Amino acid sequence: MIHFVLLISRQGKVRLTKWYSPYTQKERSKVIRELSGMILNRAPKLCNFVEWREHKVVYKRYASLYFSMCIDQDDNELEVLEIIHHYVEILDRYFGSVCELDLIFNFHKAYYILDELLIAGELQESSKKTIARLIAAQDSLVETAKEEASSISNIIAQATK
Amino acid sequence: MALSGMRGLSVFISDIRNCQNKEAERLRVDKELGNVRTRFKNEKGLTHYEKKKYVWKMLYIYMLGYDVDFGHMEAVSLISAPKYPEKQVGYIVTACLLNENHDFLRLAINTVRNDIIGRNETFQCLALTMVGNIGGREFAESLAPDVQKLLISSSCRPLVRKKAALCLLRLYRKNPDVVNIDGWADRMAQLLDERDLGVLTSSMSLLVALVSNNHEAYWSCLPKCVKILERLSRNQDVPQEYTYYGIPSPWLQVKTMRALQYFPTIEDPSTRRSLFEVLQRILMGTDVVKNVNKNNASHAVLFEALALVMHLDAEKEMMSQCVALLGKFIAVREPNIRYLGLENMTRMLMVTDVQDVIKRHQAQIITSLKDPDISIRRRALDLLYGMCDVSNAKDIVEELLQYLSAAEFAMREELSLKAAILAEKFAPDLSWYVDVILQLIDKAGDFVSDDIWFRVVQFVTNNEDLQPYAAGKAREYLDKPAIHETMVKVSAYILGEFGHLLARRPGCTPKELFGILHEKLPTVSTSTIPILLSTYAKILMHTQPPDPELQNQIWAIFNKYESCIDVEIQQRAVEYFALSRKGAALMDILAEVPKFPERQSALIKKAEDTEVDIAEQSAIKLRAQQQSQTSNALVVTDQRPANGTPPIGPLSLVKIPSMSSNVDHNTGDQRLSQENGTLSKVDPQPPPADLLGDLLGPLAIEGPPTSTAQPHTNINSGVEGTVVNATAIVPAGEQTESVQPIGNITERFNALCLKDSGVLYEDPYIQIGLKAEWRAHHGRLVLFLGNKNTSPVVSIQAIILPPSHLKMELSLVPETIPPRAQVQCPLEFINLHPSRDAAVLDFSYKFGNDTVNIKLRLPAVLNKFLQPISVSAEEFFPQWRSLSGPPLKLQEVVRGVRPLPLIEMANLFTSYHLTVCPGLDPNPNNLVASATFYSESTKAMLCLIRLETDPADRTQLRMTVASGDPTLTFELKEFIKEQLVIVPTAARVPAQALPTPPVAQPASDPAALTDPGAMLAALL
Repeated sequence: MIHFVLLISRQGKVRLTKWYSPYTQKERSKVIRELSGMILNRAPKLCNFVEWREHKVVYKRYASLYFSMCIDQDDNELEVLEIIHHYVEILDRYFGSVCELDLIFNFHKAYYILDELLIAGELQESSKKTIARLIAAQDSLVETAKEEASSISNIIAQATK
Repeated sequence: MALSGMRGLSVFISDIRNCQNKEAERLRVDKELGNVRTRFKNEKGLTHYEKKKYVWKMLYIYMLGYDVDFGHMEAVSLISAPKYPEKQVGYIVTACLLNENHDFLRLAINTVRNDIIGRNETFQCLALTMVGNIGGREFAESLAPDVQKLLISSSCRPLVRKKAALCLLRLYRKNPDVVNIDGWADRMAQLLDERDLGVLTSSMSLLVALVSNNHEAYWSCLPKCVKILERLSRNQDVPQEYTYYGIPSPWLQVKTMRALQYFPTIEDPSTRRSLFEVLQRILMGTDVVKNVNKNNASHAVLFEALALVMHLDAEKEMMSQCVALLGKFIAVREPNIRYLGLENMTRMLMVTDVQDVIKRHQAQIITSLKDPDISIRRRALDLLYGMCDVSNAKDIVEELLQYLSAAEFAMREELSLKAAILAEKFAPDLSWYVDVILQLIDKAGDFVSDDIWFRVVQFVTNNEDLQPYAAGKAREYLDKPAIHETMVKVSAYILGEFGHLLARRPGCTPKELFGILHEKLPTVSTSTIPILLSTYAKILMHTQPPDPELQNQIWAIFNKYESCIDVEIQQRAVEYFALSRKGAALMDILAEVPKFPERQSALIKKAEDTEVDIAEQSAIKLRAQQQSQTSNALVVTDQRPANGTPPIGPLSLVKIPSMSSNVDHNTGDQRLSQENGTLSKVDPQPPPADLLGDLLGPLAIEGPPTSTAQPHTNINSGVEGTVVNATAIVPAGEQTESVQPIGNITERFNALCLKDSGVLYEDPYIQIGLKAEWRAHHGRLVLFLGNKNTSPVVSIQAIILPPSHLKMELSLVPETIPPRAQVQCPLEFINLHPSRDAAVLDFSYKFGNDTVNIKLRLPAVLNKFLQPISVSAEEFFPQWRSLSGPPLKLQEVVRGVRPLPLIEMANLFTSYHLTVCPGLDPNPNNLVASATFYSESTKAMLCLIRLETDPADRTQLRMTVASGDPTLTFELKEFIKEQLVIVPTAARVPAQALPTPPVAQPASDPAALTDPGAMLAALL
């Protein structure tokens, strides 16, 4: 299973963290520190796997961002590597050629999308189309709620004039 | 794309980004946190929209790495908001900020449950996602039935059901009992007929978790898995959106093959055939393509197929096909494939008959040891270690040594440990082994643990042919300008023992050896100085005829350390100084250390895989573990240190793949070794801190009660020429089973007679410790049953066979001990009347195929019911006189007593709770002691003891015991006699002491009147 997902920028800034195994707050910061040191310092053209404690970390760099997922030693590394890519493709399709800035200002979207991709540290959906459809549905739900709210507040505003 | 509608959040993020430095960022964050905190405080005026905005800000700040220790409640409360946007934020932020153990989650269980069973599909999704991501045990217990219902409901849409499947998987991991196997197996099989591939993917993950715990119930799923695999591999009926770079869902393929690896075999021939067809197609049809993602995905499937083929033990042809593929992979440029090729080749080593094929790739693997990528180097090292055998050990170990100088810090420790183990396991000849270890110490001394050099010493001592060679090598290394301290230790030891064999070589006269060793003394730590002192003493002994100049030099050093603050150094200096003045007797005392008993290498034992794993283990790993456990059962015979805690050293950090532990079983009877070193300078029962003691460590588990005094005795006995019988055969415990106990049971028992906590018994599977409390005639003893392994110990039975004088009650002993767990079993005693008999614990258990039955004496012995009491002369004499003769006062001349100095005898008495009362007896050779004995029949009763010893012959003495109860007097007398005759380290007694049956004599034996002590007795 995937124990956690970590997105770190080349400068070591955390862009997203998602923990599927129970880590305390303290352990989380320790893990992030340890791993960013390990991953960011790796030269290019090495393999995408690092052995870390009792686990393995599968990572891949996309422009200025490192996507990494921590798995068990016996898990299939390449499968996870492609889950990362799958996630990136979905982000790309949603934002229209995604960049780090998109993920900074819309970090909540990154979380929504991740939740449609993984649950309990396992892959939930492998169809990009399905995920895009579900996210769009969520967005429209939020939009509708907002419109309703504004129309209600308009009514109230007019009534109290 | 800007954050829709949350301008405040966008502004905040921009502000943070514009901060010039960390300090400015911190100020901005603190300001924001202050703001959020005040807003949360007056919650009344807060709309859901505002709450949502602040909660997002908190998550953002938390991601930046700041502590967010408030506002969790607000996040959780948003879960119960009525509208989707707020609820969504509540669920997501809660799942990010909190972990499953957080108390606030409990507050939300009801709301979450309402969302799950409610009609609103979007709410169901949110709730299932959060529970799937952070649900803990409590969620498992209260929500599992509802989640199961959703998963199999025909009215639910796929988007809900796939979430339910993974949510159930999480709950099952937290508490496997929530899935009722009987009812669920059929449902699980039905789920595999699912058309929607999203639901099927999630369900397959669930199946993997279920079968990893118990495949038996899910046999019906097996053919369905094969069908799914067939369908995918032929790309039949797979919607376009579920292909990934043209490959039909690679993830589902991988998961399905993973599930199949948990079934031990596939019996149905047609299913087996179909599966092999699929596997064959994957093995043959996977080509390397340009597109990296397509390549990765197809190879993900390929490697899983390889694992499945290995698991199914396919025909040889298919296996060699796999090895050929892997051989190709380890030579490709793409680093991921190279890494995985090496990793899977290591797994392949477990398959029989392919080792030779793998060996053909040795050169390529050695090249990988120099790969720029540490991940790949690690795999290569593991593989080389695993594939090493007698035929290639020389090449591989030499490669490892060569690489050692270049290797980075992170790998050196593992590297040197592995090189040492391989050198030991597969040495073609022993001189090569010595070479390797000395090189290892030279190149990476910091990473060579004591065990490694102890092992060299053992080998050299045991092989005469090797001694001159090793001594020569050690001498060569001493010429190097800066050598590691471990090198000083090992060469000092070897040159001390065998340096004289070099006498004719240039630069190897005793004087020169001493000179070059003594040069190192200022550079070493206190742990090495004792070794050097021993070496000096040995050099001195070997210098024949004596060289007065050298003698004076060495004596001066001994003199210097006579007042050293370190006890070990001081003791050695004093003793060696005294001994070296003994002239010819020195030859006997400092004779060569006798051969060590053959024994399992502590190294190999330490390299055990100590992994405790979670529910899901791959079949490969499970198998590897089983293998390693069966082999452990045969090889682990070394003892743990006295306190029973596993040794903590650099070695224990290193993991060695357990699959390669086909270790030799040279487990001689270690208990014999007790007899060996008595006359040598190395005491067989040294204080635990002693380095050389560690070398012999396995011999001394529980220091004997008089361990501090022991060295004197041994040396004395040596000087006085009492030859300790070196061939004494030790009573071999009560043990005939194949599972060998670790440590001597009798010794452990004896040690526990003197103290109230310690280890009673240990073998490779379990350890039984105990802790006791005694109050008057009551006792309470707690047995600690510890399982040392990663699988449960079962069918435990413990029966107490109490002697007639003890009333005992053993509380319930559980039938199984879970892996690596310890259970406590209290035991209550009441002492009814005095007796020397011991209670016996009849203990049996099963581990794997071994049934072990042991009978252990419990240390609820007579002396535990004694309490020290000191009596004055006014109290003693009237009492002594009033108990005038048999049966209340008994006297006996005991012969064959272990010759102990009086002071030690007094110590012995004290350790049995007998108070020695000095000054009561005017004769300094006599000893008077007293104690109170407690039992139900005697109540508290005063006991008085008098020993009269003969300074001319310490092996005999006269003992008088008196108390108000005839049984007590008799039993106590016999008990003390046993202790004096039978040395507390009872192991070596039968052959050594040969006690003459003592003759009981009446207290008024006229012959005794010639003895001054006897006259005193008569006066009294």
